[in-house]
Amino acid sequence: MNTVVASITYRAMLGRKRVWLLALLPIALIGFALLFRFIGGGDESVAVDLMKIFAIGTVLPLLGLIAGTGVIAPEIEDGTIMHLMSKPISRPVIAFTKFVVAASLMVAFSVIPTYVAAYILIGTESGIASGFALGALFAGIAYAAVFLLLGVVSRHAVTIGVIYALVWEGLIGGYVPGARRFSIQQWAQSIADQVTTSAFLKSEVALSFAVPAMIIVVAGSVVWAGQRLRVLSLTGDE
Amino acid sequence: MSVIEIRQVSRWYGNVVAVNDVTMTIGPGVTGLLGPNGAGKSTLLHLMAGFLQPSGGTATLDAKPIWKNHDVYRTIGLVPEKEGVYGFLTGWQFVQSAARLHGLGDDAAERAIAQVDMAAAKDRRIETYSKGMRQRIKVAGALVHEPSVLLLDEPFNGMDPRQRLHLMDLVRDLGAAGKTIVFSSHILEEVERVAQQIEVMVAGRHAASGDYREIRRRMTDRPHLFRVRSSDDRRLAAALIADTASGGVSFTPQGLEVRTVDFRRFTHQLPRLARDLGVRLWQVSPTDEDLESVFSYLSGRS
Repeated sequence: MNTVVASITYRAMLGRKRVWLLALLPIALIGFALLFRFIGGGDESVAVDLMKIFAIGTVLPLLGLIAGTGVIAPEIEDGTIMHLMSKPISRPVIAFTKFVVAASLMVAFSVIPTYVAAYILIGTESGIASGFALGALFAGIAYAAVFLLLGVVSRHAVTIGVIYALVWEGLIGGYVPGARRFSIQQWAQSIADQVTTSAFLKSEVALSFAVPAMIIVVAGSVVWAGQRLRVLSLTGDE
Repeated sequence: MSVIEIRQVSRWYGNVVAVNDVTMTIGPGVTGLLGPNGAGKSTLLHLMAGFLQPSGGTATLDAKPIWKNHDVYRTIGLVPEKEGVYGFLTGWQFVQSAARLHGLGDDAAERAIAQVDMAAAKDRRIETYSKGMRQRIKVAGALVHEPSVLLLDEPFNGMDPRQRLHLMDLVRDLGAAGKTIVFSSHILEEVERVAQQIEVMVAGRHAASGDYREIRRRMTDRPHLFRVRSSDDRRLAAALIADTASGGVSFTPQGLEVRTVDFRRFTHQLPRLARDLGVRLWQVSPTDEDLESVFSYLSGRS
């Protein structure tokens, strides 16, 4: 963890127009919650559906993509990362710091809004708000790590990330039960299901699989990203 | 006092060779890497800066490998060619962050900013800077830890003449102070103004090495190719081939092509020969005065 690297990264992510990229989705999530609340659709099944489909199924992976790749990919693309990499700081420390920043952005823009949205709909009933917030926390950290790695290894991180989130988690995960085991948002649901007592949420992946899988994915991604950064070749215009 | 040693270094991308079996030792003072665009200067600088892995050979700084060794940045200051600066930071914040990344305080940042004469504009955001100002603030960021090695990639590109002179003075002074400085450029005049030692790169190869007098001499003292058009090409050709200044004359649809072996004698003799023969000269133009052919001549010879 390096505070200078972190502060530059926060400035890049939260500066002026960039912050709207992060803020738009959570604002929409809370907007939907308010809408359902005031048109009177605020029952438990609606709350669970909104959390499952929108908060965990849409906002979380997209924010993971924006935050995870955003903390590093643009800097590699335009060469500004040279400022950090040409200093006597180990590259894994740079990668880890970027990961911490991305994870903290997930907390601010996804975990907290998830809790707030669920609370607006049904308060603390059945532990839905805290369950999904906890799920979003773990899954948000996992998305941040995976998409950070993607941002280091590929110039097409955003495209690959969108394909993963939409095609693998969304489409294939919808039809092929086996694919759900390897889906971060399914792991989030497993954790949410553990906390909430709501009958409307049935998670498909056992917690005993989801938690170790998440730990391995996070640790592996961050370590790998650090190693890749060590051998990252930056070329001039030639 | 630091020494960069490049030993039989090659670097290829796929099957494109960017740097081909280059060996050079760079010690204190200013060294200019000269060569046309695409000659591998930038690749070589990146190899020296630890941002590229040599595909073959070794690059060391004071006998320690540069690749995968972030400790070299205690000794190296790097000024990349790409913009490479965060536009949303002010000049001060940028240099201060560089100082902090080195574990240094604000005094180091202030000193570096004064060194590049940017104190007046330091509180403006970098995105509002001109290209020359960006270049100087990058130099300040690279000088903050008083490195004994400074690597600059095309540092004078896009600077106005006054800024250029100022940066040239700074580079020369740092070199005179015993720092090991390498900069790349495709302009001979630029290199010979600043560098004591010139290393010429052509097509990925180390084509020539020497001080600027040596390089200058080798660049003018070479066969030249002239295109000559006249009222009677054949008569002129006959007279030219009889003269010791020319090494060969050939007919082309655009006129005569004369290869000279003695540049001075040729330029002296040509108008006289034409006058004596009563031939009118319509065009005399060098066809290989561009930098590329000068460089390729150098590379062909070594």
